[in-house]
Amino acid sequence: MEDLGSLFHGFAVALTWYNIGMMAVGIILGIIVGVLPGLGGPNGVAILLPLTFTMSPTSAIIMLSCLYWGTLFAGAITSILFNIPGETHSVATTFDGYPLAHQGRAGEALTSAFTGSFIGAFVGVLLITFLAPLVAKFALEFGPPEFFAVYLLTFSSFIGTGKDPFKTIIAMMLGFGLAAIGMDAVSGELRMTFGWSELLRGVAFLIVVIGLFGLGEILVSMEEGLAFEGKSAKINMKVVLQTWKKLPKYWLTLIRSSIIGCWMGITPGGATAASFMGYGVAKRFSKNGDKFGTGELEGVIAPETAAHAAGTAALLPMLALGIPGSATAAVLLGGLMIWGLQPGPLLFVEQKDFVWGLIASMYLSNIAGLIIVLSTVPLFAAILRIPFSIIAPIIIVVCAIGAYTVHSAMLDIWFMVAFGIVGYFLKKLDYPLAPLVLSVVLGRRTETSFRQAMLGSKGALDVFWSNALVGTITTLALIMLFWPVVSFAWSKLGQMRAHAIAAKRA
Amino acid sequence: MEQQQKQQDPHQGGVSERAVGAFTAIFIFFVGVVMIVDNYKLGAGWSKDGPESGYFPLRVGAILCIACVVVLLQTLYAKNRSTKTFVTWERLKLVLKVLLPTIAYVLAIQLIGIYVASALFIGAFMRAMDKSSWLKVLTISIGVSLALFWMFEVQFMVPLPKGPLEALFGY
Repeated sequence: MEDLGSLFHGFAVALTWYNIGMMAVGIILGIIVGVLPGLGGPNGVAILLPLTFTMSPTSAIIMLSCLYWGTLFAGAITSILFNIPGETHSVATTFDGYPLAHQGRAGEALTSAFTGSFIGAFVGVLLITFLAPLVAKFALEFGPPEFFAVYLLTFSSFIGTGKDPFKTIIAMMLGFGLAAIGMDAVSGELRMTFGWSELLRGVAFLIVVIGLFGLGEILVSMEEGLAFEGKSAKINMKVVLQTWKKLPKYWLTLIRSSIIGCWMGITPGGATAASFMGYGVAKRFSKNGDKFGTGELEGVIAPETAAHAAGTAALLPMLALGIPGSATAAVLLGGLMIWGLQPGPLLFVEQKDFVWGLIASMYLSNIAGLIIVLSTVPLFAAILRIPFSIIAPIIIVVCAIGAYTVHSAMLDIWFMVAFGIVGYFLKKLDYPLAPLVLSVVLGRRTETSFRQAMLGSKGALDVFWSNALVGTITTLALIMLFWPVVSFAWSKLGQMRAHAIAAKRA
Repeated sequence: MEQQQKQQDPHQGGVSERAVGAFTAIFIFFVGVVMIVDNYKLGAGWSKDGPESGYFPLRVGAILCIACVVVLLQTLYAKNRSTKTFVTWERLKLVLKVLLPTIAYVLAIQLIGIYVASALFIGAFMRAMDKSSWLKVLTISIGVSLALFWMFEVQFMVPLPKGPLEALFGY
């Protein structure tokens, strides 16, 4: 097996003291970032990204991806102990996690959540190990039309599966607009700079992310008036071992949630959707389904496993195709470009050390993450008890520094504040932010592949149906785009048929 | 900007979600119009060597405008339109209590450098919100700033904006 050989080579890359240290730093920072209100995966990675410019890309991606795993683990801590989902993907964990903590079984709930996460992530990494190289090999044949079709599919599936398709479209188009500001990479002309030379270099996606998710989140949580009243987190070896003994009973739930998570991660449904679906499916199929919501361990395991599997699997399309499956993955993808790597299938050919080092690090860091998180929960729970009046200004300071370090430009801090205000309004009005981030990061690449495709076909749109491959992807994308219409028509048709049958019988 | 457009509702003591939603949609609509106009001027058609620079953004702007009209109509006339309050005046005050100091803080960064500004900002925030003791305020605000200084200027060698105080110490 060629891939297994590469994987072992990856372990050799990842297993240096420096990289293991980076893993630990990443995971701990990730848990802190995930526990704190106002910070989360996307902007935790965004703030730290400028600090990694001097590192080797492999160490940098190992640290930042570990930060991402840390935030995924951390979501469970706040949900179970404080009934506050630190991240949106851990909302479903509160349903049964908090009741369990209320009954004094926080240790059990946390252990099963972390272990479930670990198993979900493990399945996700296995999938990446074996599927990503194949996808990349397949995608090596892609030309501009194929790439544009794949981008279109990504964006369409956001629109098709989103809650409010039009708000998703608005968020997405704003992102494309922001990405287009500055010098046009193809012609060198200036776009939408309005004669302002500071806008020449464009608006960095990092600024957008830090503003929307950092300051915006602080403003929203300030308004909601956060008061943390947590349950104590007693967790020791005995509780962990006892809980582990119970877990094999839930093997079916674990497998089901892992599969749901992997699927939702690869298609950009994301961890949030995956966790709800994992919970819902477990509730329907479990023997104790009616007791869900009152403190069932299964109700903690199901969403956590799915969320973590989705979070991990989201890196598969990012590595193999250059398309991120989640907001955090989008920021990581932006990082790749800043480090000077060209995201896409060629990574597997040209940057073997990087890709396989990262994949190997995922195996190691999830084991390390599980150990760290199990042994330090009380410590992180204590962070949440620090008053908001101390946490909030520090987070704002960190956001300001993060924004400044991107280009060493004062103006970027002002932009960050502006995006914070925009984020407050968009968030409160239920505009989804993930599509905005996705299109800010991918906007230029999408545009370039579209224009190159148009160039090749002299402006004829039928280039997107010029062969079986690109035709299939484009058609699939259009179906996803109009999915709400399609499913509506389908159900109407079903109703009509039912009526017709009923009418005939009568 | 939104603040000026608020329709006052004396009964609820806040801004309705419909008003803010509608105003936001109108605002974004104009962003779309700006995109269309600017890119049209640049050339959004077809030149000898392919699509011009404005080709893609102009279409993006157009889609943005159409989606805004739909959202605006939904917000105003849909059957299940929102009757909720977007934010009550009381809560808006809380938001402004964070936002205005933040703006002052960014201004201060420009004038006196990020480290001094951060210490002042954190200290003032703690004093104002919690009435924390001076000892606690001073320890945390100065401690955080020193830690940041050590991390960025010494450890990572990433220069951040500095002012007269840092100059005094030769940075």
